[in-house]
This record gives sequence, C-alpha cells and structure tokens, in this order.
Amino acid sequence: MGIHSITVTVNGAKERLDVPSNMTLLQMLRDKLGLTGTKNGCSAGECGACTVLVDGEPVNSCLMLAVEADGRQVTTVEGLAHDGQLSALQEAIIEHNAVQCGFCTPGMLISAHALLERAPRPTEQQIREALVGNLCRCTGYLRIIEAVQTAAKKGGA
Amino acid sequence: MAELTSNPVGKNTPRVDAYEKVTGTAIFTDDLPFGPGLYYGRLVRSPHAHALIKSIDISKALEVPGVKAVVTGQDFDTRIGLYLVDRPVFAKDRVRYVGDPVAGVVATSEDIAEEAAKLVEVEYEELPAVFDPVEAAQPDAPLLHPDLGEYKVANFIFPEPGTNISEHFRLRKGDVEAAWPRCAAIVEDTFRLPHIQHVPLEPHVAVALWEPSNQVTLWTSSQSPFAQRDLIAQSMGIPHGNLRVISPYVGGGFGGKAGVSMEVYAVAMARAVKGHPVKLRMTREEEFIGTTVRQALVAHTKIGCDAEGNLLAMETEYYFSGGAYNDYGVNIVRAAGYSCTGPYYIPNVKGDSYCVYTNMPIGSAMRGFGMPEIHWGIEQIMDQLAEKIGMDPAEFRRRNCVKTGDIILTGMKMPAIDLVACIDKVTKAINWGKKEPPSAPHKKRGKGIAIMWKAPAMPPNPGSSAIVRFNEDATVNVEIGAQELGQGAFTVVAQMAAEVLGVPYEWVRVSAPVDTKYSPYEWQTVASRITWSTGNAVKAAAEDARQQILALVAKHWNEDPANLDIKDGIVISYKSEREQPLKDMVIYGLPNENFEGWKGGPIVGHGKFMPTYVTNLDFETGQGPRAVVHYTVGAQAVDLEVDTETGQVEILKIASAYDVGKAINPDLVLAQIEGGAVHGMSSAFEALKFDERGRPLNPNLVDYRIATAADAPREIHGDIVETPLEDGPWGARGVGEHVMVQTAPAIANAIYNAIGVRFNDLPLSAEKIFMALQ
Ligand code: FES
Ligand code: FES
Repeated sequence: MGIHSITVTVNGAKERLDVPSNMTLLQMLRDKLGLTGTKNGCSAGECGACTVLVDGEPVNSCLMLAVEADGRQVTTVEGLAHDGQLSALQEAIIEHNAVQCGFCTPGMLISAHALLERAPRPTEQQIREALVGNLCRCTGYLRIIEAVQTAAKKGGA
Repeated sequence: MAELTSNPVGKNTPRVDAYEKVTGTAIFTDDLPFGPGLYYGRLVRSPHAHALIKSIDISKALEVPGVKAVVTGQDFDTRIGLYLVDRPVFAKDRVRYVGDPVAGVVATSEDIAEEAAKLVEVEYEELPAVFDPVEAAQPDAPLLHPDLGEYKVANFIFPEPGTNISEHFRLRKGDVEAAWPRCAAIVEDTFRLPHIQHVPLEPHVAVALWEPSNQVTLWTSSQSPFAQRDLIAQSMGIPHGNLRVISPYVGGGFGGKAGVSMEVYAVAMARAVKGHPVKLRMTREEEFIGTTVRQALVAHTKIGCDAEGNLLAMETEYYFSGGAYNDYGVNIVRAAGYSCTGPYYIPNVKGDSYCVYTNMPIGSAMRGFGMPEIHWGIEQIMDQLAEKIGMDPAEFRRRNCVKTGDIILTGMKMPAIDLVACIDKVTKAINWGKKEPPSAPHKKRGKGIAIMWKAPAMPPNPGSSAIVRFNEDATVNVEIGAQELGQGAFTVVAQMAAEVLGVPYEWVRVSAPVDTKYSPYEWQTVASRITWSTGNAVKAAAEDARQQILALVAKHWNEDPANLDIKDGIVISYKSEREQPLKDMVIYGLPNENFEGWKGGPIVGHGKFMPTYVTNLDFETGQGPRAVVHYTVGAQAVDLEVDTETGQVEILKIASAYDVGKAINPDLVLAQIEGGAVHGMSSAFEALKFDERGRPLNPNLVDYRIATAADAPREIHGDIVETPLEDGPWGARGVGEHVMVQTAPAIANAIYNAIGVRFNDLPLSAEKIFMALQ
C-alpha cells in the first residue's frame, strides 16, 4: 500500500501529511489531525455525520480518500467558530434547543452552513432538501430547520 | 457577561452540553485517544440462525501478522444477563441467530482483525430454526435453550423450562366470560409488528483495558455504566472494585445502549492481551443485527363495551419474539403484561404476555419498552368500538381512560394524572371533528387520535445517588451516575441543584464523564426515570448542602436557621438583614470572633433516592398492591393526507400532550415531544427484513430508512399538562419514552379516517396503502 505526501488546508491551516492510499478523509481528520468533531455513523455515505466542506462543497468524508484532498481546502465543525465566537448557525442551534445527543450536529451544521453560503435566504423546502442526507434520530428536525431560518435572518452562516 | 438565572426550575435554561456539541468538542467514546498501544477487535459471527458448533479452528487467523489473540466460547465458562442470565459470553456449543458471535479477533488494526476474522474456521451442524413467536411457543418447536431451567433468574420473572417461553405474565381481573354477553360491541383481531432497530446515529463502541494487575477499565457509550460494571464483573469474575466503567456522551441510546450488549466482548478480548486497550466498534450493519432490536409482536386482542360506550372486558395474548437471548426482553414482556389494557379502566381482564425465544436478533429495551407494541392494536380497537356504537373516538377515550384513584388492572390505585386534559389539548390543537379539505383532488385527508400510558419498568428498588460540592468561588459541581443521552438529564439536574442551593444556574457544572470509580451510583439511564429518580437524589443532596450552609451561618450570626435563605449565592437573614456571600465560606468556613479558631469546612452534600413501595405481583393473577412506581400518560392526534395515486402518506400535523407532573425545563419537554413524534412516525414505516433462513436483508441505512428532514411533519404542536407526582421532584415525572408510544396507531386511525381502510400489521408503506386502495 502506497503512502502519499499531501498538502491540505484544514480550517485555514496548511498541513503536510503522509497518508496511506486507502485512508479516507474522515480517518485523516480524526486519526491524523485529532479533529474528532467530525463523526462516523456508517462509513458508507448513508448518514451524513461525517459531512465536511471541501472547497466549500459538503461531502461525506467517509467516502472520500485523503489523497483526493491534496491541494484543497477542508472545513470541519471545529472551523465554524472564530476566536471563540460561535457562528450564527451554531448560536441558533443552541437557542432553538435543536441539539440533543449531538452526534449528528457537526455534519448537520456543515450542510446547513453550505446551504446558507449558497442560498442566504433559503425557503423551508430548500432547507429540508439540503439536510436530507443528514440523519438525526433525536430532534425530529423541525428545530434544526427553524434554527437555519433564524441564522438566515441574522445574516447568514 | 451573560445574564444569570435565579430559581431556574420551570425555566427554559440553555442546555449545559450545547456549546460543546455545536463546536465539535463534546467527547464521545470513539473520540478518546489511546495512543499507539491500542489494538482493535472484530467479531466472528454465525452465518446460521440455529446450529451446533462442532469445532472452531483459529490457527490460520493467528498466523496473520499483527494478530494478537483470538478468543472463543471455550475461553469462558459463564453467562451474562440482566433479569435472566441466558447469554454465553461467546457462543459455546450452539449459535442461535445469524450474527451470534462465536469468536473475537484482536489485532493491531481494524483491517487486520477483519481479515483474520474471515480465517477463523467454524464447523456447524445446522438445526431447525424457528422465527415466529407463536410457532416457537408451541410444545413441538425447536428448542433454543434446553438448559433454561438452570439459568439464574430474577424472582419476578417466570421462564418455562422445556419450552421456548422465557417469561409468561398472567393478568386475571374480574370475569371476562361473564362480561362478553353484556357487551353491545366487541372487536377481536390480530396485530403484528416487525423487528425494528433503535438506529442511534452513534454506533456502539467499547474500549477495554485489562491491566496486568487485573484492574479493568471499560470506556463505553452506555446508558448503564453501573449495570455494565455489575453484570460484567459477575460474569467475568472481576471484583466490582477492580472494574471501572467510564462513559462519555452517548450519541443516542433509545434503549439500545442499556444493559450489556457488545461491551462484554471488548472486555473478553482485552483479557487475552493484558496491558493493551482493545477497541471494538460496531459497523452500521452490526448495529442492526448484532446489538439489539425491538422485539416483534403478535397480539391477539378482544375488547368489548356496552351500548353507552363503557368498556367491559378485554382478553389478550401477546407473543413477543424475544430473539436468541432474552436477558432484558423478559422484563419488557412483563411490563406489557401488567399494563396490557393500555390507559383504560376495564373491569374484566384476562391477559397473557409471553416472551418467546426465536432464532432472531436479541430483542431488548427500546424507547417505550413494550408499550408502542401493545398500543398499536389497542388503540385501533378503541376506534373500532367507538365507531360501532356511534361515539366520537375522542369522547370514547375521555369516558374510559384511567383517572386518578382508579383501581387499575393490577389492583393498584392510580396515582394522580390527568389524561382527559391531554385529550382536550390535542383535540383542540388539531381542530378535532372538523373535516378539512385535502390539498388536491387525488388526495384524501384524515385525522386520528391515540392515547397512552407507560410506567417505568424496572426492578422494585433501583437506586439513584448524587453528590453536590462547592468550589472556592461558590460554583457547584453536581456528580451523578446518570447519563446524558441527549434527553437533557445534565441540564435538568443542574437546574434542580441551583434551585435548592439558591445559586444562579450558570454556577452549576455537572461532573462528566460518568465514571463508576468517582460518580455516585445510578442503576441505569432508562425507563424515563432520571428526572424523577436522579432528580430526587440531586434535590436531596442539594438540600443536605444547603442545611450545612444555613446551620453554619446561623451559628455564626447567632440566629435561627429558619430565618435564613440563600439568594443568588448570598446567605441572607430575613430578620437581621445581614448577608454572607457563599464564596467566602463554602470551602474555608467562617472565622470565630477575633479569629479565635474557625468553623465549618468544605461543603459537600449527599443525596439518594430509591422507591421502597413497589410489591411483587401474584404469579397466577398479576394482582398486587403496587405494581409500579407511577404512570406517565399522554395523547396524540394526527392530521394527514393520503395520496390515492401513490399510497404516500404525508403527515401534516401531530399534536401531542403529556402529563409530566412538572416541567423542570419546558422547552426540553417540548423538544422530547417533537423528537418523539417523528421517531414514532418513522417507526410506523420501519421494519428489519429477513429471508426464510433468518438472514437479514436490509441492515443498512439505505434499505432500512429512518425519517429524514424531508419526512418530518409540517408542524408538531406540543402541550404540557402538570398534575404533580407525589414523590417527584417539584412533582416531576419522566416523559422521554412516552412521546413516541402511540404515534403509529394515531397515524393508522387517521389513515382509516381518510380512506376507510385499516392496517393490522406494521410496517405501513406506500405500496401497501396503494394496494389496499385498488
Ligand atoms: S459516516 Fe459518512 S455518511 Fe455516515
Ligand atoms: S441530536 Fe442525536 S442524532 Fe441528531
């Protein structure tokens, strides 16, 4: 199995890493960089818990190889707050009690973040569609949808 | 600086765990670092539903570079189990379901362990298998546990050795035979529910370290760190004091992480590689078939009422498919037995509830614990009875539902609740009785209602304890052994402690993770019992600390403690109007006059709670003075549309009301109500499917669909009723499970209202509904 040297920008910081060819981006983030905020719920692209942004697009990091991230920008849940200041979305999730066990939350935040970047004033239907790949067994989704609406009203992601 | 919240009980204080959870810093078991010495485990599982193990050859697996150990049933002599000790650590002489673990491989990586697991050679001799609980209960059915009579069992569980029946609960009240002729309407039918799975977003994961000194540590995503310590210690012969269970945040439990499931395998594998932690995590496929599932049910139920709509008699048989091992499942079936009528007063009842071994995945606790299963049939029959005698189904329920002080089916007096108020709230919220137009000509619209009850199902004496201790600045640490699963337990106990101590909510921290070495004892985070039971312990601990503080300051001021109070962290005297900030005294005490010595010292409060009044029930009749601690009740109403061209159901609105006694944090109660309604809705469309040899067909999230953001109803309206519970903290009782119990039958009743077709069997599906419309 080959080892590849890659350069990837994670949450704004440039990293140089040696990764095996079969290592997923999710494994790289969690095991190599200690960014355990991104979760593994299925390893199969079916739950959305591992969603991260790659060059601004939400992807299931369990399905992407680390080598494919070479030269690209990755944003994880750890990169949403800046200097301890939560993003509008993170604040809205707290305000709406739209988090319970919290295992889906990182992926959910990332998908919602990508939506608001793309469509700052999304309709309810657009929000539902943007989050359809992010399963949540606890909240029933409505509070998450409301939180996204609140964040949108406050000016975005 | 954020605002401070005084007297937080009853207020919507923010969750204590929210910041960590939205920033990705909340730690779950799989996030813990263990360094390069960490090994990984994989399980070798049976491909057969029922077979004898003739031989196991591990030699090829052991030759794989990186493999450190392979363990099998031959390495362990004992069994494990909560109420019925029926599960070997690894299958020894026989496998009883597809997925039954026969061996565990430990290696330096998950990939190597996986590869080596395929090289473990097991020779089986297949046996006839049985999958249906009614068939399995017959005398000539293939027997799964010939040794049933030798298993250790709790004194309120009654297995029938020589059969597959692991529990038979009998309820006998009045005389049903004499009552049938007096009935003006009788409905008798059979209802079936399939196996479903909890589908927590976080799969099960456990890491075990067996040190050369024989100290054992288990890190696990668990609702039951203490029960796991107890059961694993007993099974593996570890002194309780040598086994430490540490459980960080749980990424969803819903009962699936209660008791012991896969955690014991991690410990068993760690014993073979002392000094190295071993991590075992379930794949999503294993989560479906190799942890636990909700038991399938076949219910034969007959209920009758008189012409005025008074229920007169009920006769029911519940056959639960307990799966291969029923160590926890037996108590679900007992609960279904002693609550077999659902939330109704019925004078004559004959109920038989059976837990039956089948060659299926292990049935165990799932949100609702038997109640969603039995309410599915009961709540549809109630609608049919109401229709037969020409009464509105909501009115029929108001008339017959349990009320405070009723002598219910077990002979127990019903503690204070107000189910009628719940019915009133949901009928109002859904515009009950008002026929509303569908959104398109090919759609039909309907409304349905269903009500529920559920008691915490547990041994008579499960205990809780708590410690409250101050820090130098008068911030407070609350220590509990109860777990935060997302339901908000940590937030609620922080509110309670702050309320009693007279400090702002923001000053309270909850010590986490739960660690059996340091956390005070808690039976398990199950049965919707934490707000009530742990809440009582926390309240007692805070009262203990408060007494110590008031006694000390009263002595210091030479006043009567009865004149003192604590407000926003300051002890005040209503008499002398003096003030003493807590921060100057809760650790260092107070000086005597002229500093001639000191009094007091670090303030630590202790509290405990254990119900002491629950009695066993008569074996023949299920009668006894106090079957359970209490019941929580609630109602739901559903407004939906059925697309007649596709059979698709769209849930427009769910109205949901529960009597929680006292909402310690109303918005968290509403969050449970909403999440539960969607969980309940989703459960009506879920089913694990198996082929004719018991092999799972859909153990993944594509073929086993759970509700997504696109499926959630347009609106969920929650209402809270507060009839105080006598021994609840501030009157509170639990609601975490109840919120999904009756959603499926409420949907079925609404579908009937829309299209005039009844469905006795779950799951519902668009295809099934479409076919029924043809
Ligand atoms: S872990 Fe990647 S989609 Fe589930
Ligand atoms: S909060 Fe638990 S899965 Fe979404």
